[in-house]
Amino acid sequence: MTGGVRLARLAPPLTLAILLGPLAFGLAGTALPALGYLPELGGAGFTLQHFSDLAAVPGIFRSAMLSIVIGLVTTLVALGAVAAFVASDLGSPAFTRMRRMISPLLSVPHAAAAFGLAFLIAPSGMIMRLFSPWATGLDQPPDLLIVNDPLALSMMAGLIVKEIPFLFLVTLAALPQTRHAETMRLGRSLGYGRIASFTLLLWPPLYRQVRLAVFAVVAYASSVVDVALILGPHLPPTLPVRLIDWMNDPELESRFLASAGAVAQLGVTLLALLGWVGFEKTGAFLVRISRDAGRRWRHDAALRIGARTVMVASAAIVFGGIAVLALWSVSGLWQFPDALPSGFSLRSWMQALPRMSGPLATTLAVAGLSTLIALVLTILCLEREYETGRGRGGGALLLIYLPLIVPQISFMFGLQVLSIWLGVDASFPALVLAHLVFVLPYVFLSLSDPWRAHDRRHDLIAAGLGMSRSRTLIAIRLPMLTRAILTAAAVGFSVSVGQYLPTVLIGAGRLTTVTTEAVALAAGGNRRVIGVYAFMQTLLPFLAFSIATGLPGLVFRNRRGLRV
Amino acid sequence: MRMDSVIETQGLVLDDVRIRLGERLLVGLDARVRRGETLTVMGPSGSGKSTLLAYLGGFLDPVFCASGKVFVDGLDLTALEAEKRHAGILFQDPLLFPHLSVADNIAIAIPEDVRGRSQRRALADAALADADLAGFGDRDPDTLSGGQKARVALQRVLMSRPRLLLLDEPFSKLDANLREQTRQMVFDRARRAGLPVVLVTHDAEDARAAGGPVHKVDPA
Repeated sequence: MTGGVRLARLAPPLTLAILLGPLAFGLAGTALPALGYLPELGGAGFTLQHFSDLAAVPGIFRSAMLSIVIGLVTTLVALGAVAAFVASDLGSPAFTRMRRMISPLLSVPHAAAAFGLAFLIAPSGMIMRLFSPWATGLDQPPDLLIVNDPLALSMMAGLIVKEIPFLFLVTLAALPQTRHAETMRLGRSLGYGRIASFTLLLWPPLYRQVRLAVFAVVAYASSVVDVALILGPHLPPTLPVRLIDWMNDPELESRFLASAGAVAQLGVTLLALLGWVGFEKTGAFLVRISRDAGRRWRHDAALRIGARTVMVASAAIVFGGIAVLALWSVSGLWQFPDALPSGFSLRSWMQALPRMSGPLATTLAVAGLSTLIALVLTILCLEREYETGRGRGGGALLLIYLPLIVPQISFMFGLQVLSIWLGVDASFPALVLAHLVFVLPYVFLSLSDPWRAHDRRHDLIAAGLGMSRSRTLIAIRLPMLTRAILTAAAVGFSVSVGQYLPTVLIGAGRLTTVTTEAVALAAGGNRRVIGVYAFMQTLLPFLAFSIATGLPGLVFRNRRGLRV
Repeated sequence: MRMDSVIETQGLVLDDVRIRLGERLLVGLDARVRRGETLTVMGPSGSGKSTLLAYLGGFLDPVFCASGKVFVDGLDLTALEAEKRHAGILFQDPLLFPHLSVADNIAIAIPEDVRGRSQRRALADAALADADLAGFGDRDPDTLSGGQKARVALQRVLMSRPRLLLLDEPFSKLDANLREQTRQMVFDRARRAGLPVVLVTHDAEDARAAGGPVHKVDPA
């Protein structure tokens, strides 16, 4: 192959720098103050004092334990439901229906889903209203701590309903690389039940492919901030929430404590991941015992019904939550036990919109720009991979997943310190860069499969016609992959819209987005305003995905070969 | 029960089996396959002959409509779930499970009434030796040759003590010389095990080697 696209040579090193640079500098920027080094605040020497201060904080170990448990339980339930559902219904019409129903949920930001859940299950929430007073006899909301419960049950529920679509879609993407239909038939013709056939025969090769994504879920759930602020326990909160409190403490000394805590968060997430590896080993051991005994597990109906119930419930909760958010945003007076508001009004929107325009513009600009950069880099990286035939190994995949597995808070802290030091905090380019660290992996993961699956013979024909590589890319490959590119763009856009922590830390309160504004409203509890912001937060990714699915149909309306 | 009535119910009986897709009749079949005998169903690809195997195995896609009954040795399989039919299948590919050793690929097929890991392993090793693969037990299935994989797949399905054997063009992907050899082996073993066999193929050579009745399915 001659020449190639010249710019593409720069893309892989640049991409690596964008992914790993902030990670490395961020971790260093967290570790140094944790060890006492932060000259601006008078920390010139190195000390372990801040770690012993951290250990002396009341309830700190409970906070840390809580984070580990949340990471493990969330992942176990979400992955278990997804795996059991795939095992139970793969290839059936119900499976196709579930796929259609679950896919759009991926674009719903975590914070919006969490608000939706809170609006459903709170003592004065929709579910209680639907059953009151006729079934419960209540005309006052009961005095129960459902949301923000100390065991973090509602927080885990909020995370589970959002991680199920992610794990489901990741599993669906890995399925075509296995001979799933024949393998399931083979297993059942050997007398194994559906769940057993799947677990013994299909899951081991499948899990190998989704493992990094599962790790990302463990890491995310053990270090999440926005969902914890909305649904998580208060006394004590999970570790990441305490870190944010210290970070925002006007007492600057707290920064040292926060930094030590961010390093501890790294350890907490690592422990959660180790705990998960322990689950893997235990699971593999149990599977081996069952396999060696030839147990057939033909009676798996209860498990299958359970998995379906969890899947349907998770979709119903997210959709129902969003509907209730929308309802609140246009409600007038809405007293407890009424299931519907007694009047509708656009007042909340009229009041919120002028104040929202700034954050909205920032949201759109940051999401648009970071997605565009991520898309260009990804396309050039994939083009380079095509030209050289290198870079699709497991190592490359691990590097792409790394920013999703290292807890955000542990390196975003350091980046904030760094950005203040460089004087670029609350600057637009720094915010775009911070979002890019998370947008880029998702855009890459979303686009790489269709890119690699694209029929190479089209490129060979183009070369035979005398087209240069750049011309082939622009005239042949990109147009043919329009749908995949737009989908990847929509994924990147929604990831950026949903980012809370990087925006709060790098934006430093001066650059705010719809998401940071929405989460900030959590403490206030004004449901109408929350409804407006959280609904808007859901609307933006939804619009992006609508464009991604609708536009190609319009552009290629006379090209049957490019329709789906 | 009288002797002839036992003989009467031996083997596989397809009682007025009809499979439709919408209005179109794909397969209409009334047949009896005695133990050790092979019924060959021939037809071009897309003619619905694999649908028949899916029906017999209990995997028929709900878009198809099926009527009729299937009996093996007098037992009605029609309403049973796939995992309760004991219908062994050989596909075009051997489909050895890539994450299990060669011996475990066979051991997993052994019914659960055979207890104890060592006993199951011994059975698997014996099955391997029987297929001239003694000592291959701990190998990665991916390191086996095409012919060796085909033999492991055959031993695996026989080890599951099936009531009948379904062959879905199992020789079509093999080299010409290997194909003849594998055919011989499969039909030999099926005969020895006294299994009724249904073979689906588009290769007249397969039908000739099978030696039993042939049912032709019309092209779509």
